[in-house]
Amino acid sequence: MSTDTGAVAGGGTGVDDRGTGAGAYAPAPGAAPLLRMIGAQTAFETKLLLRNGEQLLLTVIIPSLLLVLFSTVDVVDTGSGEAVDFLAPGVLALAVMSTAFTGQAIATGFERRYGVLKRLAASPLPRWALMTAKTLSVLVTEVLQVVLLTVIALGLGWSPGGNPLAVLLLLVLGTAAFSGLGLLMAGTLRAEATLAAANLVFLLLLVGGGVIVPLDKFPDAAGSVLGLLPISALSGGLRDVLQSGAGTPWADLGVLAAWAVLGLGSAARFFRWE
Amino acid sequence: MHSVFPGESLPDGGSGSGPAPGRTGPAPAAEAAGTPVVEVRGLVKRYGAKTAVDGLDLVVRAGTVTAVLGPNGAGKTTTVETCEGYRRPDAGTVRVLGLDPVADAARLRPRIGVMLQSGGVYSGARAGEMLRHMARLHAHPLDVDALIERLGLGDCGRTTYRRLSGGQQQRLALAMAVVGRPELVFLDEPTAGLDPQARRATWELVRQLRTDGVGVVLTTHFMDEAEELADDVVIIDAGRVIAQDSPERLCRGGAENTLRFTGRPALDLGSLLKALPDGSEAAELPGAVYRVTGTVGPQLLATVASWCAQHGVMPDTISVERRTLEDVFLELTGKELRS
Repeated sequence: MSTDTGAVAGGGTGVDDRGTGAGAYAPAPGAAPLLRMIGAQTAFETKLLLRNGEQLLLTVIIPSLLLVLFSTVDVVDTGSGEAVDFLAPGVLALAVMSTAFTGQAIATGFERRYGVLKRLAASPLPRWALMTAKTLSVLVTEVLQVVLLTVIALGLGWSPGGNPLAVLLLLVLGTAAFSGLGLLMAGTLRAEATLAAANLVFLLLLVGGGVIVPLDKFPDAAGSVLGLLPISALSGGLRDVLQSGAGTPWADLGVLAAWAVLGLGSAARFFRWE
Repeated sequence: MHSVFPGESLPDGGSGSGPAPGRTGPAPAAEAAGTPVVEVRGLVKRYGAKTAVDGLDLVVRAGTVTAVLGPNGAGKTTTVETCEGYRRPDAGTVRVLGLDPVADAARLRPRIGVMLQSGGVYSGARAGEMLRHMARLHAHPLDVDALIERLGLGDCGRTTYRRLSGGQQQRLALAMAVVGRPELVFLDEPTAGLDPQARRATWELVRQLRTDGVGVVLTTHFMDEAEELADDVVIIDAGRVIAQDSPERLCRGGAENTLRFTGRPALDLGSLLKALPDGSEAAELPGAVYRVTGTVGPQLLATVASWCAQHGVMPDTISVERRTLEDVFLELTGKELRS
């Protein structure tokens, strides 16, 4: 701190007093309107997220690369039909997991560690409004991911089918399930542990969750257990709708709903703010 | 004891910044000056088997600056964080602006400003955008650009929080505490780790908050900071308040004070002692310096002066040694090191 205090060295003299003169600090307390606070919080968190290189690697670059790589290079046997028709739903599921689970867990874990959550708790922003803003920030990011990945997939010859409403329902429930698990991790583990565990889980679920490797490649017993994972339910459900044009995949929605209740419930119960 | 000499020592002689009771300070606050903005009664807070705060009472009046002093682990931060609504008292009552900090948190939070001891900022955020964001959460925030300039945060530019210097991080946290134009601010060690310039800028800001009618509660390890800023000093040790008064009165009260004057060598101290009130002592030190200890007041000063006149002695210098707050603090809390 050698040069940065020049402007304040004179105390009250020679400093620009615009807006800080006598009476400037007279109390005029009050919270901003709720919607403005939630909007500001959402915009701020989204901005920080989109500016963060590690987060972008996880949420944008890895899903995009996987989609392009495995659609164009025949490494994994994705069954009959175009590889991209199998991969696009899986990569969309991965995108949801990367943002709602991994990204949110790491960001929130460090916010907790650095006292951001604590400081915000003393601001006019209510706790539920903060969580609403976090959810909105996740959703905004997911919209950007879905648009980008859809454009890439369409460029690779993807021809999606099925009911868009079922897709939306799957994405929303998937987001709820992964958010709950991510926040549970962020609110209970140390930030470094969250960082390591969230990345490890991302990697394991990427491989074992039917994202790029079909679950029927695994032994039967393993496959049916893996099928209960939230990532398998999301990728499987999206594939049923988008690839096979199935109706509403109730079983997968049920699995996701169960994870959502479990995750969000545990997070609400065990999350520690400091 | 801190020896002081004329010109640099007498009240209001030099710096003119002493926290004299007569200092003018209009307090156009929502709360009338003098009414309590913080009332803590019998606060007890335990962490497991450890009692951090043990029956603490504290009253902070509107429009004043209160400095909370205490050794490490005395319970300063726990007390302040209970007032901020972070901790639930195990016993006792806490009222801030008349509200229960936990039960009425939603109503209280917009009215107070909080500076944590550390952190509180997104590691990837820049100083300006973080402050602007905090401003957006309030209805009538301060002019953010002016505040940034005033606290010398203007050249932080695009640097993110984790790469700011410790001093810049501190000043950002201070700015965040005041940007919402609160009625009352809690500053937990606001000048820890600051260089002298930044420290003085912080002091200037605290003084202006007071002038503008904002109540300030700050914790500090710096005695000079408490003497410079505080209307009231609260000394906490082992979770209890062991002294609370204005810095002036804390330093004046209690133990004996000392008066020194220079004359010529080998004066007759016996006659001086006879003239002085009982319990006073007088001694000659090297260099024809004479030291009188006792209850040093106008009466004693007059006695010494007339004794000098009788003996044809011109006291070239005459000084009253005032205890510093540090003396008082060490006297009250002991000198052994704390954890």
